[in-house]
Amino acid sequence: MPILEIKDLQAGIAGRQILRGVNLTIAPGEVHAIMGPNGSGKSTLAQVLAGRDTYVVTGGSVRLNGQDLLDMSPEERACAGLFLAFQYPVEIPGVSTSYFLKAALNAVRKYHGQPELDAMDFLKLMKQKMKLLDMDTSFLSRAVNEGFSGGEKKRNEILQMAVLDPKLAILDETDSGLDIDALRIVAGGVNSLRGPDRGILLVTHYQRLLNYIVPDYVHVLRDGQIIKSGDKNLALELEARGYGWLEEPVAVH
Amino acid sequence: MSTDTGTIETLANKEYEWGFVTDIDADALPKGLNEDIIREISRRKDEPEFLLDFRLKAYRHWLTMVPPQWANIKYPPIDFQDIIYYSAPKSKKKLASLDEVDPELLRTYAKLGVPLAEQKLLANVAVDAVFDSVSVATTFKAKLAEMGVIFGSFSEAVKTHPDLVRKYLGSVVPYSDNFYATLNSAVFSDGSFCFVPKGVRCPMELSTYFRINAKETGQFERTLIIAEEGAYVSYLEGCTAPMRDENQLHAAVVELVAMDNAQIKYSTVQNWYPGDKQGKGGIYNFVTKRGKCLGQNSRISWTQVETGSAITWKYPSVILQGDNSIGEFYSVALANNYQQADTGTKMIHIGKNTRSTIVSKGISAGHGQNTYRGLVKVLKGAANARNYTQCDSLLLGDQCGAHTFPYIEMKNTTSRAEHEASTSKIGEDQLFYCKQRGIALEDAVNMIINGFCKEVFKELPMEFAVEAQKLLGVSLEGSVG
Ligand SMILES: Nc1ncnc2c1ncn2[C@@H]1O[C@H](COP(=O)(O)OP(=O)(O)OP(=O)(O)O)[C@@H](O)[C@H]1O
Ligand SMILES: [Mg+2]
Repeated sequence: MPILEIKDLQAGIAGRQILRGVNLTIAPGEVHAIMGPNGSGKSTLAQVLAGRDTYVVTGGSVRLNGQDLLDMSPEERACAGLFLAFQYPVEIPGVSTSYFLKAALNAVRKYHGQPELDAMDFLKLMKQKMKLLDMDTSFLSRAVNEGFSGGEKKRNEILQMAVLDPKLAILDETDSGLDIDALRIVAGGVNSLRGPDRGILLVTHYQRLLNYIVPDYVHVLRDGQIIKSGDKNLALELEARGYGWLEEPVAVH
Repeated sequence: MSTDTGTIETLANKEYEWGFVTDIDADALPKGLNEDIIREISRRKDEPEFLLDFRLKAYRHWLTMVPPQWANIKYPPIDFQDIIYYSAPKSKKKLASLDEVDPELLRTYAKLGVPLAEQKLLANVAVDAVFDSVSVATTFKAKLAEMGVIFGSFSEAVKTHPDLVRKYLGSVVPYSDNFYATLNSAVFSDGSFCFVPKGVRCPMELSTYFRINAKETGQFERTLIIAEEGAYVSYLEGCTAPMRDENQLHAAVVELVAMDNAQIKYSTVQNWYPGDKQGKGGIYNFVTKRGKCLGQNSRISWTQVETGSAITWKYPSVILQGDNSIGEFYSVALANNYQQADTGTKMIHIGKNTRSTIVSKGISAGHGQNTYRGLVKVLKGAANARNYTQCDSLLLGDQCGAHTFPYIEMKNTTSRAEHEASTSKIGEDQLFYCKQRGIALEDAVNMIINGFCKEVFKELPMEFAVEAQKLLGVSLEGSVG
C-alpha cells in the first residue's frame, strides 16, 4: 500500500482554481521532489495535504496509508503521521520551543495510545535530535521561531520533524535561506529519516538540495498540474534548461 | 499574519464553575441607603466615633456626586436604593478559631479552592476570607504576629489598632475621590488590613478571598496595606460570586502605603461572575486601587488577571512620591461574550528618578469590549522620571473590540515616556501551525493566549500563575471554533 496516493486533486480558493487535477503516488521508502515555477501551486498542494482550510478541495481523493486524508482534521492528519515543514514557519511569542514540541509530541503519542513522555525522557530525546541538527539546546527555552534567523527557523522545522517521526514528511522549500553548511546539516537530518517505512516529498527550486538528498522521482508542477515526471536526472535537465521547453500536461506516474 | 475569519468565530462559553449559592443564614439590613443605614452599619460593627464621622462625611459628599460617564462601558443606570448594603453570615458567637467557623462556609471555601484549612500551612499562604461583607477567618495569624505583622480583617484592625487605621484610612484614596470610592467610604463593611513593620520581610504570601453570596447585595470591601521602612509583603486577592440573573455591584477600595525602601506586591485574580452568554447578570466591578510610594526607593507593583465581571472599571495606580521609587502595573484583562472591561492605570511621578512600567494585555472574544485607559503624569519636580508602557491587544473573532487610550502629561523636560502598542488577531497561521503539529484547537488557543500573557503571568506567585492560566483557559473555552 502506498504511503500517499493523490488522485485528480482539485483545489483552490473562492473563485479561483489553483490545483487542476494532481496525481501522485509515493510508495514506502521513496523520496519525491516537486519542482516548478513560482506560483504553480507547490505550496498550495502542501497546505491542502496538511488540511489548511483556506483552500477548498473541489475534486479528487487523497489517501494516507489507505486512510481518507481529506476526511480528517489537520490535527488528525498530523497525528496520523503527516508532517509539513513550512515554507514560512510561524512565530508564537511567549511559548517556548520545548513546551510547544512537548505538547505536539504528547498529542501524537496520545493519538497512538502511548503514554506521555516525562520531562526527563523528553529532554533526552531533544538533546539527541538537536545534536543531529547541530542546534544549541538554548533554542529550547526561546519562544517558537521568535527572533530566529531564516536558517534557524528552517532547522527548527527539521528538528520538529525528527522529534515527531512522521510517516510522510512534506518539506516546502526547506533549503531556501540556508547557508552552505546549514544545507548540508539539514540534508543530513532529512537523510537520516529516510527509511523503508517513510515517504518524503520535497518542494524545491534548486538542484543543490537534490545533490544531498537524492530523490527517487522528480515532478514538475505547472499551473496546478504535474506536467512531467522523471528520475533525478530530470532535475539536472531543469537546472540546465529551465521550464520553457516543457510541453502541455500529459498523464504521468 | 493571515486574518482570515473563516475558522475563528464565537461559540458558546463554558459554564461558570463558581456559580453556586451557599445556604447560610444572613443578618442583613434592609435595602437602600440613608444616614440611618450608615449609622446602623457602624453600630453593628461597634465602631469608634472617627470611623462613623468618616462614613458620614463620605455619604454627604456622595450625595453631591454623579456616576462617572467617561469610561467606554454601557449599562443601565444603577438604582442605589435597590441594594442591600450590609449582609453578614449569622453566627452565634464570636469566632476564636477556624474550628468555630460555620462548616457550610468552610465547605464553600473548599469548593472554591481557598487554602483556608490549617493543613495548608505548607502552602505558605495566609488567607483572610471575606464572605459577602464580613471577614470570616484568618489563618496563620499567630505565626505572623510573632514577627509583628498585623494581618486580618479590617473590622478587627479597627478594634485592635485604631490609631493605625485612623492614620492611614483615606490617606491614599480620600473619601471624596470618586463616586464609587466615596460610596465605599460611606458603606464599607469589611475587608483586609495588613501592617508590616520596619525591616520585616513577610515570610508568606498573604491572601484574601472575596465572595459575594447573598442576593441583591452589594459588596464594598476596604483594604489597607502599610509597609514600613524596608518591609516587604506580597499580597494576593481572589474573588468569585454565584450566578444570578440580576447585576450585583462591587465597589471596593484598596490603599497601599510604602515607606522608604519598602516593597508591596499586590496581585489580583478577579473572577466575579461575568454574566451569561447573552450578557444577562454578572457583577459590576467598580474598584479604586491606589498605592503611594511615600518613601525613597520604595516600590509598588500591581499585577492583575481580570477574567470575570460583566463590567470592570478599575485603574490600580501608583503615586510615586519618594525619590527613586518604582511603580509597576501588569495586567491581563479578558472580555468575552458581552463583558466590558475599561481598565488601566495611573502613574503619577512626583519624586526624582522615579520609574514606572506598564504592561497591559487585553484579550477580547465574543462581543467583548476591552479598553486600556492609562495616564502617565510627570510633575515638574520629577527630574529624570522614566515610564515604559506596553499595551497589546489580542482579538478572537471579529465581533469584539479593543480600544486604547494612553494619556501622557509631561511637565519635566528631563523625563521620558515610551509607549508601544499592538493589536493582533489570534493568527490563523499560528493556529494552523499548532494543529499541523497535532495540537488540538483548544489547546492551541490556550497555548497562544498564555504565551501572549506570559510577561504578566511571570509576575504572579507561582501557584497563582498556574491558577490564572487555567482560569483564562476555562473563561475562553469554546470561543474559537
Ligand atoms: N490564500 C491565497 N489567496 C490568494 N491567492 C493564493 C492564495 N494561496 C495561493 N494563492 C495563489 O495561488 C497560486 C499558487 O501559489 P503557491 O503558493 O501554491 O505557489 P508556489 O508554487 O508554492 O510558488 P513559490 O515557488 O513562489 O513558492 C499563486 O498564484 C498564488 O498567488
Ligand atoms: Mg511555495
